[in-house]
Parts: sequence; C-alpha cells; structure tokens
Amino acid sequence: MYVAVKGGEAAIAAAHTLLAKERRGDPAVPELTTDQIREQLALAVDRVMSEGSLYDRDLAPLAIKQARGDLIEAIFLVRAYRSTLPRFGYAQPIDTSAMSIRRRISATFKDLPGGQVLGPTFDYTHRLLDDSLNEVAAEPTAPARRPIADDANAPHVADLLGEQGLIEPNPQATDDAPVADLTRDPLAFPAERDLRLQSLARGDEGLLLALGYSTQRGYGRTHPFAGEIRMGSVEVHLAPEELGFEVPLGTIVVTECEMVNQFKGSAESPPQFTRGYGLTFGHSERKSMSMALVDRALRTRELGEEVVAPAQDEEFVLSHVDNVQATGFVEHLKLPHYVDFQAELQLVRQMRREWEEANRKEAAE
Amino acid sequence: MHDAQQIHDKPDARAVAARQELMAICAQASEAELTAALDALEPPPEAIDIRPAEIGLVMLRGRVGGSGAPFNVGEATVTRAAVRLSTGETGFSYLLGRSKTRARLAAILEAAGQRPAYRRSIVQHLVLPVGERVESERRVAREEAEATRVEFFTLVRGED
Repeated sequence: MYVAVKGGEAAIAAAHTLLAKERRGDPAVPELTTDQIREQLALAVDRVMSEGSLYDRDLAPLAIKQARGDLIEAIFLVRAYRSTLPRFGYAQPIDTSAMSIRRRISATFKDLPGGQVLGPTFDYTHRLLDDSLNEVAAEPTAPARRPIADDANAPHVADLLGEQGLIEPNPQATDDAPVADLTRDPLAFPAERDLRLQSLARGDEGLLLALGYSTQRGYGRTHPFAGEIRMGSVEVHLAPEELGFEVPLGTIVVTECEMVNQFKGSAESPPQFTRGYGLTFGHSERKSMSMALVDRALRTRELGEEVVAPAQDEEFVLSHVDNVQATGFVEHLKLPHYVDFQAELQLVRQMRREWEEANRKEAAE
Repeated sequence: MHDAQQIHDKPDARAVAARQELMAICAQASEAELTAALDALEPPPEAIDIRPAEIGLVMLRGRVGGSGAPFNVGEATVTRAAVRLSTGETGFSYLLGRSKTRARLAAILEAAGQRPAYRRSIVQHLVLPVGERVESERRVAREEAEATRVEFFTLVRGED
C-alpha cells in the first residue's frame, strides 16, 4: 500500500512570497538592474555562463538576480532554461590563435612575439579594500592607450616549443570524427579527452581549484608551468545545413590556459613536455588554470602513469565536478523523508530491543 | 531577381563570400543599426517569414590544446530567422543572443543584400557605419590592452 501525504501548498506559496521580499531587500535602497549586474559583476556573470554551460550575457545576470547572488542556484536556473530550447547545431571550433587579445601572459618565456599583455587584472594589486568604492564615484580614470605594435600577433606559446619538437603535439582528428557530447549521452567510463574537457569546462570552479591545488601539493604531481593564459574575443561560426556555407554568429569572450608539464619520453620518442588545457567562457582565469591542471592529471591512462591521487581518477573527478548534480543530491536530503525515516526508526528500536534482551540474558547467566 | 535566384540555386564562391560578409556585419549590428539600414532601403522590401524568428542553442567547440581535435565547450543562445522578399530572394540569419527582432531584421537585410538594386544603400547605411564602429571599438580595446604590455629592462651591476 502507498499512502501519499498531501499539504503544504499554502506554506510553500507564502514562503515564495517571503523569498521575493528578501530578494528585494530594503525597499529604500534602489533595486539592482540586470544591466548593472552584467556590467559591474561581470566575473560572476562569466562564472554562471561557464558552469551553466550557456553563453548568454543577459540570461546569466537575470539568473544571478533571481538567485539573490547564489551562483550555484543561478547556474541551476540557466541549465534548466537551456533544457527548454532546441539545438540548432554544432559550431565550428573557435580559433583561439586568432583571438582579439585583451590579456595574454606567459610564465615560461619573458620575451615572446605579442608580448606580455596584463590587461584588466587583479594581479599585482595590494588587496587593500578601497573605501572610495562605498561612494558612487565619478567616472574612473580613462585607461592609457598605446598604438598597436607591429608584433601584436600572438602565437600560442606551446606552438613555439612545438616547432622544436620539445612539447608533445596536440591530438588531431578528422573533420567528421565524432565528438563526445555530455548533453546527448550520459557520462560513461573510460572517458576520452574530448568528453573530459567538456565535463571540466562546465565543472565547478571550487572543486577544480581544490583538485588542481592538490596536484601541486603532491597528490598526482605534474610539475606545471603556466605556458600561457590568454583572454579576449573570438568569432563563432556555424555551417547550417540549409545554407551549405559557414555563417558568422558573432563574437564571444573566452579564457584559455595552456599548462606546460613535465616530461614524457619512451624508447620511440625523446623526452618532451606534456600539455594540460583549459578553456572557459568569459574571463575565468582561476577556472581555466585549474581546468588545465586537472586535464593534465587525468591523462594518466594515455601517458602510462599510475593513478595514485584523486585528481587523476577520472571516475571520481568527472562524477563529482558538476555542481548542479552535486547540489541536487546533497540538497535533496532536506526534502521530506518521513517514511524512509520511520523505517529506520523501527529498525533501530528493534535492534535496541534485541541488544537489551541479549544483555539481560548475559547478566542472568 | 533573375540574378539573385541563380545565385541562390548555384552559390558561387564570390556570391557566398559577399553574403558571409554581410552576415558578419549583421551579427555585430545593434537593433537600432539594423532598423536604420532597413528604413533606408528604397523602395522598402516586402518580406514574408519562411521561418519565424526562433530562439535555440548552438554547441560551441574548442580544440584540445588550442589547435588539436575538437571538443564541446558549452552552448550559446542563438536566434535564427528566414524570410523571402516579394522579389524572390531568401535571406537567413543566425545571431548570438535572444533578440527575435534583430534576427528578423538581419534576415531581411541578408535577402536585400542579394539584390543589386539595394547593394549600394546597404553598403552605405549598414556595412560602412557598423564596420567603422566595430573597428573603432576593437582598436580602442586593443590599444588599451597594448598600454598594459610589459616592457622588461635588465639591470646590470658591476664593472664587467
């Protein structure tokens, strides 16, 4: 027999009205607009786009506002929205070497074509709170400008090593080779690199950061150098079937990180650096660096390394990196489990009766 | 009309390149810019929807290591539309984002762009102004980035 317990509708409705009031906060304070979130909380927007796995600079701010700034809730909202839309197709792979660069640095070479371009960065700030931001300030100082240098073209740093054969080549595929898609087929193991990278790209920044950090501290050491981090805009192209040619869709901002890691060599091939790769929507430097560290750590099978640490265990990493799945399973614990719990309660009472009886018998003997 | 129909039936490389160029401009143009360009067309084109503007997703791809095999990075919202002009040309648009108005305007302009009679107006009121605006924004962004480029210098100590 199954007995459904109903009720709570009125309480739920009242709770949601209360939520709306709390979301708004003090009505004496002007309401935040989604435009303000997009323009002034841009890095939160970028995180929601990356982990929501949906590039849309208007939806992410809306989700952040609705979620009261809870970014995982906002990511959940974006994922739910995407599931309502049809898929028009797969874009051509973006060409990050043709990026219009806003920031580009390398920790491996000081002088390199295209130079070290710091761009808008928190690096080298003193991390002192700036009281003046409490006030609505006048326009900020206009940033300096400098004519574009002749050598502004910035080739990928790893390609410079590649030309000398000092780093492993990137794996190639034919144009019609299938590409794994997590949104079409459930995660399965062993997971190849395309599937792993997709999973990491939408994965939780916090988990990736912790796992990347763990590899640096010795749990699956890979000896990384930040070969290059670049951020800027790239064009997106799609070849719709009905047209038969590529159509430019517009531009998106991405952050790319290439880690250069320690060596791999064998009887057949000389020692070479190995690669770890990170690519994220928007300006998400910490995430793309962490992704590159974990990508490299997960290549154990392919490189004949031993799995000795969590960051190298693809089943562990990929099964837990999605924060929408994680929050769903953790937070479902707060939903009513009255019947399950009654069963457990009965069980523990019975076990206690048996235990007490056994103890009484022992005492009597 | 005859010419345009031929182009559509048998797209040669030059016609395709011209359409792609205009589509690239449309992809960067604001709703106001597209509206202004359409309003400037004389006589105004009459368009019917072949496919009313529709919002969907495109899966974006990257390459392993920046230059290797493709992988799926995540999706983007895209709005598409298709129209036919009363003169016979069909126009398509696929634009990032969720503006149905922009998508329909872009599809009409894409169709109009295939009509030699509209070509000059479209260049004058859409291609040139939008191209210039985008180029100037890009230049500012690049020059701002360039100003943050590190100039290294080496300190030499001692006699030799």
